[in-house]
Amino acid sequence: MDIQLKRGLLDVCVLAAIKDSDSYGYKIIKDVKPYVELSESTLYTILKRLETAGMLTVKTAEHNGRLRKYYHITEGGLERINTFKTDWQEIMSIYRFVTKEDK
Amino acid sequence: MMTKQLFLDGLKEKHSGLPKEDLAERLSFYGEMIDDLIEEGNTEEQAIQKIGTPDEVSSRILEEYPLSKIVKERIKPKRRLKTWEIVLIVLGSPVWLPLIISAFAVILFVYISIWAIIVLLWAVFVSIVASSAASIFAGIFFIATGHSLAGIATVGAGLFLAGLSIFTFFGCRAAVKGILCLTKKTVRSIKNLFLKNRGTKQ
Repeated sequence: MDIQLKRGLLDVCVLAAIKDSDSYGYKIIKDVKPYVELSESTLYTILKRLETAGMLTVKTAEHNGRLRKYYHITEGGLERINTFKTDWQEIMSIYRFVTKEDK
Repeated sequence: MMTKQLFLDGLKEKHSGLPKEDLAERLSFYGEMIDDLIEEGNTEEQAIQKIGTPDEVSSRILEEYPLSKIVKERIKPKRRLKTWEIVLIVLGSPVWLPLIISAFAVILFVYISIWAIIVLLWAVFVSIVASSAASIFAGIFFIATGHSLAGIATVGAGLFLAGLSIFTFFGCRAAVKGILCLTKKTVRSIKNLFLKNRGTKQ
């Protein structure tokens, strides 16, 4: 897959993983894994990028006597997911046009 | 046996050239990941195995890390400069300034040379295509004006050049690909150089 495209998709996948409730690194990887391969170092880069872009916030909380970072989606992050949805509808209609001949 | 501490120490050693806060954040990120894997029922060793060896992880980190950031960190002094050091730097500027300028000039020169080769290759390709088209037109013109033999020969030459241009096209494409690949490798080894030097000096 095209690298630029994959990068965009991974961003949205990570946002989707924290959309309903705050989540942490290991859980994000576990949730996303069935759909797309995501290594720890890639996740780190994505989280950093999304944080800089203001799409999520980070807070540290205690868990079982140690610290864990939780990621919380912002308005900007929710907006990014919505943009993805409308973009994808457009792409799907192009896809249908492209594969029309195959039927 | 690989323990969490050994893993983190290994990673730390490999990336001593990264900005300090950034490195600490990365280490705590991997530490948390290992703790969570252990909580899930893995042994410490299994948890680390799932994440990879420090070597694997560090090469992945390096791939995603921008070169400019590494260089910036390398250049940044680790403590405030003393007055005499500043004086020395200023006094020494006739020496180090030309050196830095020439270093940049060399890099720029190499870069321009690489692109010159690419431009040259494509220029050859374009000229072959152009002369092939010209020969075919000229040949047709010769035939039309009654010089049939010369015309057929010229058209033949044109067709030969057209065939040659197809070969040249693939050659050019492969060369450009090779050069780009080489550039990428060079950037990676420069990154490694910066990180390794920093590690041994400390």
